[in-house]
Amino acid sequence: MTDAQVVKRAKYKSSVKDPGVRGILKMTRERFVFMPNDPTLPVRLNVEFRLIKGHKSSKEGSNRPALLNLTQDQGNYIFEFENFSDRELCRDFVAKAITSSGEVGGPTSEKAVPLKDEQLSSAEMERRIKLLQEDSELQKLHKQFVIGGVLSETEFWATRKKLLDVNASRKAKQRVGLKSDMIFNVKPSSDGQSNRVTFNLTPEMIHQIFAEKPAVRQAYLNFVPNKMTEKDFWTKYWRAQYLHSTKNIVAAAAEAAEDEELAVFLKQDAILASETRQKIRKVDPTLDMEADEGDDYTHIPGHGLAIETTKDEMEAQYEPYKRSFLQDINRHAAVVLEGRTVDVETGDTRSVAEALASSKRIELAKEASDGNVHQERLDRITRMAEIEDLQAPRDPPVAPLCIKDPRDYFDSQQVQLGGTRQVKSRLSTSEAYGSLRVYISEIRNIGLSDPIVKPEVAIKVFNVLTQNISSSKYQLGKNPHESILDTLPSVTKEELLLHWTSIQELLKHFWSSYPITTSYLYAKVSRLKDAMSQIYPKLQEIKESVQSDSRHQVSLLVQPMLQALDAAFAHYDLDQQKRSAKSGEKPNGYV
Amino acid sequence: MTPVSSKQYADDVSLLMVLIDTNPLFWSSTTTPFSFSKFLSQVLSFLNSILLLNQLNQVVVIATGFNSCDYIYDSSLGHANQRAEALLQKLEEFVIKDEELNKEDSVDGIGSSLLSGSLSMALCYIQRVFRSGSLHPQPRILCLHGSQDGPGQYVAIMNSIFSAQRSMVPIDSCVIGSQHSAFLQQASYITGGVYLKPQQLDGMFQYLTTVFATDLHSRSFLQLPKPVGVDFRASCFCHKNTIDMGYICSVCLSIFCKHHKKCSTCG
Repeated sequence: MTDAQVVKRAKYKSSVKDPGVRGILKMTRERFVFMPNDPTLPVRLNVEFRLIKGHKSSKEGSNRPALLNLTQDQGNYIFEFENFSDRELCRDFVAKAITSSGEVGGPTSEKAVPLKDEQLSSAEMERRIKLLQEDSELQKLHKQFVIGGVLSETEFWATRKKLLDVNASRKAKQRVGLKSDMIFNVKPSSDGQSNRVTFNLTPEMIHQIFAEKPAVRQAYLNFVPNKMTEKDFWTKYWRAQYLHSTKNIVAAAAEAAEDEELAVFLKQDAILASETRQKIRKVDPTLDMEADEGDDYTHIPGHGLAIETTKDEMEAQYEPYKRSFLQDINRHAAVVLEGRTVDVETGDTRSVAEALASSKRIELAKEASDGNVHQERLDRITRMAEIEDLQAPRDPPVAPLCIKDPRDYFDSQQVQLGGTRQVKSRLSTSEAYGSLRVYISEIRNIGLSDPIVKPEVAIKVFNVLTQNISSSKYQLGKNPHESILDTLPSVTKEELLLHWTSIQELLKHFWSSYPITTSYLYAKVSRLKDAMSQIYPKLQEIKESVQSDSRHQVSLLVQPMLQALDAAFAHYDLDQQKRSAKSGEKPNGYV
Repeated sequence: MTPVSSKQYADDVSLLMVLIDTNPLFWSSTTTPFSFSKFLSQVLSFLNSILLLNQLNQVVVIATGFNSCDYIYDSSLGHANQRAEALLQKLEEFVIKDEELNKEDSVDGIGSSLLSGSLSMALCYIQRVFRSGSLHPQPRILCLHGSQDGPGQYVAIMNSIFSAQRSMVPIDSCVIGSQHSAFLQQASYITGGVYLKPQQLDGMFQYLTTVFATDLHSRSFLQLPKPVGVDFRASCFCHKNTIDMGYICSVCLSIFCKHHKKCSTCG
């Protein structure tokens, strides 16, 4: 978007419904110029961006016009483009132009700048549009507040960052591990004519070789570049490999005797061996390796690989030059699993070697510092191989039970329930029984009272029992799936739900703008407050519109909404008061 | 349960088990607004009207005493002419026997009568009726209870409630004491019965006939008073405060208002 100007074919419209005038729209940093195709038409525009306060654009969709609306203090300019990519280009250009002109234009447009300059990538735009399409509720809110001018696009989405971030989290960076290919699979390519064998070596391979063969790494650090050049070093290395691949151990031994450096590559890796010993020491001492024998391939000679038919007659002097295939595989597997331990560009061979060496050293140092490793090992052995007869009897860990009498609970509750109303019986039990007997004999002598109930009392009781039958209270709660909302007319229900979501949205923005630190936030809060006070009477209307029967239920629903709004208003007023009090103290317009 | 073909035992025939609280301390305490004789007079009239409602209706009365419980009346055993006489006679005998069983001379407060015992007896009677054959009246239990809940009977009462629920026997409760009975509230709620605490005790008969006289079949067509809300909120075991949310021991289900490292009930 560094172009100094943009020229596009577009239609100028005085309103959205207007069919428009075809022409050319030319935008430069400072101004935009519209020239109609028909020069006789009077709609020639030449407007400075300084006057433009903002821009809006229509949503992207296949059958919608690609509109761009440049808003001014009075009126606005609507352009329709041939396609969305043109529109996008112009919109971005306008956004930049407004920003830069705003900066030049001074503090008047400062307010709008921090929001309008958000440059959205088209991917992000798409994501937002998709979210709106998927969620009709969200779309409703968006329409109501963003297009209604209560919130800006940025503000609206700022509270929904999570929705937008879904994609971002998926892009989590993953480090590339080592290849599981083995180096020795690199077949030497010979040209077939001369006796020369060529190996191709890449930085990646070097890295792997260093990781797998610490002896080679050490040799490299020792020899290069003091003793030999890098090229010589690798030549020697591959020569050793070549010798090895020929499986001519005798020849290898002979060569090694002649060349000291070559011997390094051919002999078994001392560093590796020590590391292995270290690892073996860490193995659980109670592990019975012999028990595992026969479980896998270990009993098959050559480990199931019929390559190296072991030569038993091999003399001891050649022993160091033997290298088993399995060792290589194991070592490679270990390195691959360990992953990339150092983060060095593979370009520089020496730095790779050094980095690997130092990381190893750190590891070793760490292990060495664990001085009690040996002690731990001993402890473990005693624990695992304990002789039961010699141990003191050990009880399972038990927490003593302390069970309370449930009577404590119920009795004390009873006392609390009764409280002061608890009435002590006036009579002892024998007197009580006596009086009870008197009552019984009384009724036996007198017989049933006549009338049984006084008519006045009866009608009173009857009224009490039936008064609530018609009330809606008894309609509710019968079916747990039924809610009050379902009993209301669907228009009212939807209206209530809509108001509820919009109130929530507004309140979210309202409270998030406190404490008010900038004049922009101040403007936003008063905007939000106005929007909320518009909803307030609507809720009252709903309340009055429903029938008296369910009015109580509706008011129960509306009540929390009103309370939430009231709380916001109260806070606003309080803040307003504080603000005016402050400005009284500091007359120099402290905001 | 009753076969449709049966003309005799239609679905509007009831077996009403009435549990009368005969706690002497309750009836002699000052808070009781009307005397036991007035109460009996109204209840006897109510029982008569039940028996008049349907020839096959059956009424069994169990006295819930302070120390014991007993059947004091069974309409299926004859005495067609002198029902009230027989009932009062038995009741007097029961009170004397109950007094003999009494050991302590004075009790703190009005004590609680053996609701769990009479509930169990009622359920036993109902079970016997169930097993007498496929033709039997529809049973229900009506507790006329005044004394307060006995916390010691909690488990026994809950067991009775659940067994009543299992055999589909509703427990109606009419609380004549000054306090609500949490046990009976739950009993009626769980078994689908009616819980009522009359405000005008001298209009007892009106309450009984309006709410508790109809048989179970007709009940479904009526708008009977429903409890405004059974208070299921629990009280914490540590301070006995009623709480909306709390901590529960995963072992013994004791409720606490604060987090404790160790359950004070089960350790």
